[in-house]
This record gives sequence, structure tokens and C-alpha cells, in this order.
Amino acid sequence: MGGLLEVKDLTVQRGGIAVLSGVGFTLDAGAALILRGANGSGKTTLLRTVAGLQPPMAGTVRVAPDAIAYAAHADGVKAVLTVAENLRFWAGVYGSVAIEDALAAFDLGGLAERPAQALSAGQKRRLGLARLIVTGRPVWVLDEPTVSLDRAAVGLFASAVQAHLAAGGAALIATHIDLGIDAAELDVTPCRAIATTAQGVFDEAFR
Amino acid sequence: MIRLLIRDLALAVRAGGGFGLGLAFFLIVIVLVPFGVGPETVLLARIAPGILWIGALLACLLSLDRIFQLDFEDGSLDLLATAPIPMEGVVAVKALAHWLTTGLPLVMAAPFLGVMLNLPGPGYAWLVLSLVLGTPALSMIGAFGAALTVGLKRGGLLLSLLVLPLYVPTLIYGTEVARRGAEGLAVATPLALLAGITLAAVALLPFAAAAALRVNLR
Repeated sequence: MGGLLEVKDLTVQRGGIAVLSGVGFTLDAGAALILRGANGSGKTTLLRTVAGLQPPMAGTVRVAPDAIAYAAHADGVKAVLTVAENLRFWAGVYGSVAIEDALAAFDLGGLAERPAQALSAGQKRRLGLARLIVTGRPVWVLDEPTVSLDRAAVGLFASAVQAHLAAGGAALIATHIDLGIDAAELDVTPCRAIATTAQGVFDEAFR
Repeated sequence: MIRLLIRDLALAVRAGGGFGLGLAFFLIVIVLVPFGVGPETVLLARIAPGILWIGALLACLLSLDRIFQLDFEDGSLDLLATAPIPMEGVVAVKALAHWLTTGLPLVMAAPFLGVMLNLPGPGYAWLVLSLVLGTPALSMIGAFGAALTVGLKRGGLLLSLLVLPLYVPTLIYGTEVARRGAEGLAVATPLALLAGITLAAVALLPFAAAAALRVNLR
């Protein structure tokens, strides 16, 4: 038996064009992997493929069904619902009930009854990340989770990830900053499948 | 899935949720028709079933693009796709929420607005029955159209063009039930066909819409 998440020879596509090819890694319980790469290098496409939102062009993603909790740029936060209502909804969808841990982990306790539309960008992001805790799923697949977070919130996020890893989870995180987590790094640049422009820089149109 | 239904209903009734939009539109259309047609009670009575059905259909159409578009824009749809709910269930629940917030109020308002159009006495029960049977098909077909156009910016026009032809059979049989009922004729045939369309839509379209959503999320 391998790890929680095994990716072998994966080729991912965007709009029918291969973006990354030959990507392979294994995530064991308690391990995290940081994805590095320039803007437009295909990190999001890779993460969406791993999360099962789009089919791989080639290669395999082996993961237990219903193991992945995915979080992307958009938080899926409903503006007219309060923080607690937003979290309670996702908790209900994932069949858990307690949202207190998630509120505490991201220091949202004082904001629980506030409508999400009255939150700042960073607070909204914290709410989006708190959702990961209520999913109760072992593999976190996170796409630039620290965008718009301040230094303290990044610290909260890092400790939430560490608590998740300590509890036997795993995390695959695309980010540009140093999270202060003890984790392996994977630079996707060598896996680039296409020469996008004459200058050889990545096409910004790919997100 | 019940959570999703509750959330969608809560979103619809809160500020900016669009609840009442269809109902207000329906009200305006039906109130304006007698002014446009003139105070000819015989003529109004004859066109009443058709006008009521067309009004309900257009009111339904008005809020279709909200079914998936808002969830798509804020990322909820991606998250729902990775959640432990089958996509078919998401579609069915969202269509049901659309019906509860749009179709059901139309059904309840229709008899009162029938008075405005001098709908003949025996027609009221058949009008309500035809709308109860027919509007779920409108919501379900609409959810399918919304799933097809979810990724498009300003997809509303395309959505209307896609959905309108699919609405025609429901409109024909729905109007026919109400018209025949109002004139005291047998309604069994159009009623059975209307129910058949609705049942087929509810049974088949969640799968088609879920497939369309999966493609659009890629």
C-alpha cells in the first residue's frame, strides 16, 4: 500500500492542451507537499485534476473516494449568510455537526454571527479555510490558500495544517510564500509540457 | 441534500435573493393584459388560460440563470462537485428550490389573477392543477438549460433560446388543460400528457444537467 494520494505520470490539460506532463508524487499520512511554480505554470490545473474536477489527459491519480477536500481561489462563501451559517451548511453537507473547532482554529469566534458580506477579504479567506476542518477529509488540496491573509492569519493557517498532518492527514498546497511547515517541495516548472510563447514564458491566460 | 435545499431557500428569501421577482413579473403581466386588450369580458375569458400560462412561463424563465450562475461565480459549485453529494442530487435539489421559490408562488397567485381575466368558474381548479403539474417541468428543464450555459458570461440570452422551445410542449398541454376545464370539456388527455412531460423531465434531466455541469466545470 502506498500513501493517501499517489500521482503517477500525470499529464494535465487546459482547454485540450497539455500543460504539465510527467508529474508524479506520493503523499503519505502526515506529509505535506508544497507546489511551486510561476503564475500560469499549471498549478491550479494540476490541483483541479487531482481533486477530480477535470479528467487527466494521461497518467493516474490514485486516492480513496471522498478523501479530498479542495479549496480554490474562490471561497464559496455566501455573502448573505452569516459566518456560522456558511460553516454549518458545509458541515451538514459533509455530515459533521461541530463547527466550533473550525471557528476557533481560524479565530472566527467573534465573527460567527456576522454576515459574510461584512467580512474583509482576509476574514472571508479564513472562513473559506475553516471549511476544510469541518469536511473531516484526510487529503487537503489547496490552491494558494494564503492569498489576502495577514501574517497572523498565515500563522493560524500553518498551525491548522500542522494539526491536520499530526492527525494523520495530508496536504497538497500550491503557494508562493514560506509557510513555515516542514514539507517537501515540488517545482512544476520542469514538467512543463508546452512552449507557450516565443519568449518561453508561461502564458498568463492559463490560470 | 436537505441542507442544500435549506440553504438555497434561505438565500432566495434573503436580500437580493430574487424571491418574488417572478411573482411580481407574473402579477404585472396579468394586471396589464386587461388594459391592453380592453374591457371585453368575453374575449378576456377566452384568452385567460393562455395568458396565465404564458405569464407563468415567462416569470419562471426570468430567474433561471440564478440557479447555478451565482454558485459558479463564488466557487461554491466547484466545492459542491467535490462534496459527498452526487451532482445529480445537487441539480435535483436546486431545481426543487427554484420551483418552491418561483413555481409554487405562481401556482398560488394564479387563481386570484384569474379573476382579473374573467376566467370562467369551472376553470379555476383546472388552471391550478395544470400549473401544479406543469411548473415543476419548467423548473427542471430550466435547470438543465442553466447547467448548459453556466460557464458563459451573459449566458441569459442563450439560456432563453435553448429553453423556450423545450417549454413549448408544457405550455401547449398546460393551456389546453386550463382551457378545456374552463369550457367544461374532458381534460384527461392533455392532463396525462402534461404529467408525462413533467415526470420525464424530473426523471431524466437531472442526469443530463449533471453531465453538462461536469463538462462546464473543467
